[in-house]
Amino acid sequence: MKRLTLVPLLLIAIACGGDKQKAGSPANASTRSGSVDLTGAGATFPYPLYSKWFADYANATGIRINYQSIGSGGGIRQISEGTVDFGATDGPMRDDELAKAKGPILHIPTVLGADVVTYNVPGLTKPLNITGDVIADIFEGKIKKWNDPRIVALNPGAKLPSQDILVVHRSDGSGTTYVFTDYLTAVSPSWKAGPGKGKEVSWPVGLGGKGNEGVSGQVKQTPGAIGYIELAYAKQNNLPFAAIKNASGKFVLPSVDAVTAAAAATAANLPPNTDYRISIVNAPGENAYPISSFTWLLVYQQQADSVKGRKLVDFLRWALTNGEKQASALDYAPLPESMVARLKQRIDSIKVGSSS
Amino acid sequence: MTEATAKEVGSRSTKPAAEIPRLDLRALGDRAYQIAITAFAAAIPLLLILIAVSILAAAWPALTRSGLSFLTQSRWDVASGEFGAAPAIFGTVVSSAIALVIATPLALGASIFLSEIAPSWLRQPVAFLVDLLAAVPSVVYGLWGIFVLIPILRDPVGPFIRDTLHLGGIPLFAGPNYGYSMLAAGVILAIMILPYIAAVTREVLRAVPRSQREAALALGATRWETIRDAVIPYAKSGIVGGIILGLGRALGETMAVTMVIGNRPEISASLFAPGYTMASLIANEFSEATNDLHLSALMAVGAVLFLVTLIVNAIARWLVWQVARGPSR
Repeated sequence: MKRLTLVPLLLIAIACGGDKQKAGSPANASTRSGSVDLTGAGATFPYPLYSKWFADYANATGIRINYQSIGSGGGIRQISEGTVDFGATDGPMRDDELAKAKGPILHIPTVLGADVVTYNVPGLTKPLNITGDVIADIFEGKIKKWNDPRIVALNPGAKLPSQDILVVHRSDGSGTTYVFTDYLTAVSPSWKAGPGKGKEVSWPVGLGGKGNEGVSGQVKQTPGAIGYIELAYAKQNNLPFAAIKNASGKFVLPSVDAVTAAAAATAANLPPNTDYRISIVNAPGENAYPISSFTWLLVYQQQADSVKGRKLVDFLRWALTNGEKQASALDYAPLPESMVARLKQRIDSIKVGSSS
Repeated sequence: MTEATAKEVGSRSTKPAAEIPRLDLRALGDRAYQIAITAFAAAIPLLLILIAVSILAAAWPALTRSGLSFLTQSRWDVASGEFGAAPAIFGTVVSSAIALVIATPLALGASIFLSEIAPSWLRQPVAFLVDLLAAVPSVVYGLWGIFVLIPILRDPVGPFIRDTLHLGGIPLFAGPNYGYSMLAAGVILAIMILPYIAAVTREVLRAVPRSQREAALALGATRWETIRDAVIPYAKSGIVGGIILGLGRALGETMAVTMVIGNRPEISASLFAPGYTMASLIANEFSEATNDLHLSALMAVGAVLFLVTLIVNAIARWLVWQVARGPSR
């Protein structure tokens, strides 16, 4: 009996849904409720924000976007092979990767993230002050004790124990590592000559933990440990983090505002024809947090499927206007206003279909 | 009742059929059955060969580039394209060996107790609990390792071995002890493979005929002598098989090991030093591997892991065969 009464209800619901969409947007007549309109894959770092975007966007427009957070590497691979409509990455694609794609790919920055330096130093009451070259030397194993004169000099009055420093880094390939090593490469010549930058590097010392939770777990548990994790993860889990000396010589604690400030300083001086594959580590600006980075969506400039292409462009515009507002609530830094305006022009440069 | 009537009905309905067509039909059925079964049997080795070939094909660019140094070099640096898997191979073999050393006596002791000595009311619950160890997901073992095992290894266990037992001087226990170590991986693996070895051993011991035990007892053997000289030799090949099953699982285990081993591609004699395994290496790096050579190198690690497992299994087969020959002499 129950089943019999449900069937007509279901039919009515389906019919209503179809009607609404036809009335709303004739261009999307092929859209059926329940089917996925766009698919994307890539970075795990912005996934909490993206999944909120996609849910809100589906509520607002009925367009459904399926995103698989398989990692930046997978995102780049899949967009290059054209198996998804858009990719997402925490580290920009290299030239040789771009060359292998099926056409010109645009990098669209969406939000910013940052790495924080977290530590476990018993007896420390104030946030640790630290500079880029000291971090590099710790991670290279040149500074071995917490009461090393170079750390003590940066933290007058702090009680630093004569404890061995245990370096903890990510063992899995990750955009977080890319940003961190990008920063160390920018501030330390010996790091640049040694491990260099990448999603995974050959670490001179230390233990590897899988994921933010692996690194923070090891740091929390081991007195004397130091590691790096994402800002959003650190804030949500109340982990201690260090103030880092920026390019203007000021010690800055990581925060959403300090990260946006890092992008603002860089955005003001962007060349007119930038492809947005830009690094903002060690950015100028008094309040800029130095270990900051964009995260990008990857889309083809030439959209072969006109229906999907139009939907994608609409979504990108929505993300830059409505989506940005939700970022800081989830501990992601929104793009500076000046950049959003320029990015909208860039989205306009996406060519959709053969206009048949 | 119903079965019986069904059979009767069946036989009655076949009776009117002529003898020769009925035979043909049966032959046809046999033939179809034989073909189907052969296809099933062939599918498994075929699948294995397919997997091996596709992994090897994907691994070929890295293997030809690095050559033998892939197996002997310790440096794993994606940026410079240097891929040496020696620490991961070492870690896989050593962590599994530690696991076997710990788990085998425990599992054997537990199963001998359960099948030979324990009162029957205790047998079922304890056997159930041992089996339950196999039902715990690997990631849960990893979490337990991080929050329980590693602090224990760092504080009471490390200082006990070094200071109380004065073993700090030998390389096996030298160097800093952060808890994340080859030893932690070995202990976690031991707990994970213990139920497999125990379950197989228990079943094998129970399959030993009563007459075997009674004969030994009749000759005046004590209970211990009966177990040692009559029961275990009879069950030897099965026990070795159980150990090999456990070893196979230890070699391939990924998640729990990654969480406790420290993921450091270095070869160290110390059990307290962090290490790496092949399975962890693949799990850590695969999702973010974009460049082709890196992907190929990870595939090559997969191929080596495949090969190591194959070799270990071959040795195990040989062992089982040797052992099985033993008591019949």
